[in-house]
Amino acid sequence: MSTLLSVADVHIAYGKVEAVRGVSLEVGANEIVTIIGANGAGKTTLLNAIMGVLPLRGRTSFAGTDMAPSDIEDRVATGLSLVPEHRELFGTMNVEDNLELGAFRIAKAVAAQSLERVYALFPRLKERRKQLAGTLSGGEQQMLAMGRALMGAPKLLMLDEPSLGLAPIIVADIFRTVGELRAAGVSVLLVEQNAQAALQIADRAYVMELGEFVLQGSAKDIASNTRVAASYLGFQHEGESAI
Amino acid sequence: MNTTIMLFLLQDGITNGAVYALLGLALVLVFAVTRVILIPQGEFVTYGALSYAMLATGQVPGTVKLAVAMGVVAFGLDLFFARKALHARLVLRSVALNIVFPVALLALTYALVGRNTPIAINIALALLIVAAIGLFLYRIAFQPIAHTSVLVLLIASVGCHLALQGLGLVFFGAEGLRGPALSNAAVSAGPLRFTGQSLAVYGLTVAFIVALWLFFGYTKTGKALRATAVNRLGARLVGIRTTLSGQIAFLLASVIGAISGILIVPITTLYYDTGFLIGLKGFIAAIIGGLVSYPLTAVAAILVGIVEAFSSFYASNFKEVIVFFLIIPVLVLRSLAAPAVEEEKD
Repeated sequence: MSTLLSVADVHIAYGKVEAVRGVSLEVGANEIVTIIGANGAGKTTLLNAIMGVLPLRGRTSFAGTDMAPSDIEDRVATGLSLVPEHRELFGTMNVEDNLELGAFRIAKAVAAQSLERVYALFPRLKERRKQLAGTLSGGEQQMLAMGRALMGAPKLLMLDEPSLGLAPIIVADIFRTVGELRAAGVSVLLVEQNAQAALQIADRAYVMELGEFVLQGSAKDIASNTRVAASYLGFQHEGESAI
Repeated sequence: MNTTIMLFLLQDGITNGAVYALLGLALVLVFAVTRVILIPQGEFVTYGALSYAMLATGQVPGTVKLAVAMGVVAFGLDLFFARKALHARLVLRSVALNIVFPVALLALTYALVGRNTPIAINIALALLIVAAIGLFLYRIAFQPIAHTSVLVLLIASVGCHLALQGLGLVFFGAEGLRGPALSNAAVSAGPLRFTGQSLAVYGLTVAFIVALWLFFGYTKTGKALRATAVNRLGARLVGIRTTLSGQIAFLLASVIGAISGILIVPITTLYYDTGFLIGLKGFIAAIIGGLVSYPLTAVAAILVGIVEAFSSFYASNFKEVIVFFLIIPVLVLRSLAAPAVEEEKD
């Protein structure tokens, strides 16, 4: 399996405070990788830095090319896309305009096909296509944020807490869609607090605590790890104590 | 006052108001996209008007040399900021935009200038010169500090205004200038006489408003500019370059400013520092529109024009005072209606 995203020994600091320390991770083609961890562990910081929103120290490459000299817009052009925690939609523009702008760097003919695919993935967006993005429900906004990112035909989609603040039934819908993306040839790097749901669809997982990866491995192994089970999945194996 | 005088004042007010509307729209556009309150908008007006007036007398205006000088500085900045990843494509693009374009403009101006040059060519030259200055002004003064607070951008904006006004005195002298009218035709309707010039003012204002509406509502670039205004990070995440959005906004604002200047310079004598006052009236309209609403800004601009016309009839000494006083009730109302907000960090 070829490596799509490679991040090695990355440090990210807010002023003098290091939020992420010496983190390395890889995402392969057609792979779903998740980073789980508590609030404030540095997950969102890491995703933002990989996208170029925050500066980082360390080596990063995407599709075999060094990412250091490129800015956010260049990274988007090479097929990297981020759906941020706050979604960052264009609230005063309608759903269709939001999606159309997602394909800002894509040829018109290709964008038309992408639009059909996104509508097939999220039929709700098609129903609401003339509605202003700011007036959508939380779940619909998350669908729109993902749809907008997919309009740019990314190779790797980074999702930051897609389930945050959503009803369980919608969360299930979102995760089902993430699973479908792999079939469409899109790799996913998923940051989640809902560890259980994330580990179910992911191939591999990293566990982040206080700015460092403390565990990594296949999603199955991580899910059955006693420490993870106690800290993030909400249950304890007998005879073990939570850390 | 009889009806005829009232009609005259209304006509005068609407003509001036139309020009303020154009300037107000440009201010709203620039603020929405870049968060810069464009004080030098007035200089775009004077530079456009007086460059056009000088070209009409067969002289080469100093503004075209300023465009070349600013292009060289912009090129230097491009090279400096891209020094870590210098691609040939990037350098070529920068040379074409910052060096070749203004130098070609300089050569063209020297080649075409003369007493018998057609008005259309003089207008085109004046517009191109001011467009270049607007573009480079963003590159030099605002792009490097685009991420800072509105206050820092405002200070830079005031600095640009003072610098450009001073240069205006060097280029055009302290004497006022007038330019030739676009057309000498006139139509009469009852007691009112519409000159070709005032019809051109109405026509161009309406055309610009319609064109801006179409541009922002139906084109990809226009939508990208709106998106940048709504959410800068969101725009960057879909690959819209916010620097390009800023350049387009400044380009549009400078062209709109120059057109306004060319429209009024045959009607009133303009001095190197007149633009500031005209720009301020557009600014009042923009403030009434909350610096966000285009239609409200256009309506407010017409109102400003009419109030100005009537107050110059009744109390000409207090004309400006009355016009600028309009802003106070608006600000009071707005401060009561709007909740206190802290400035958003970028």
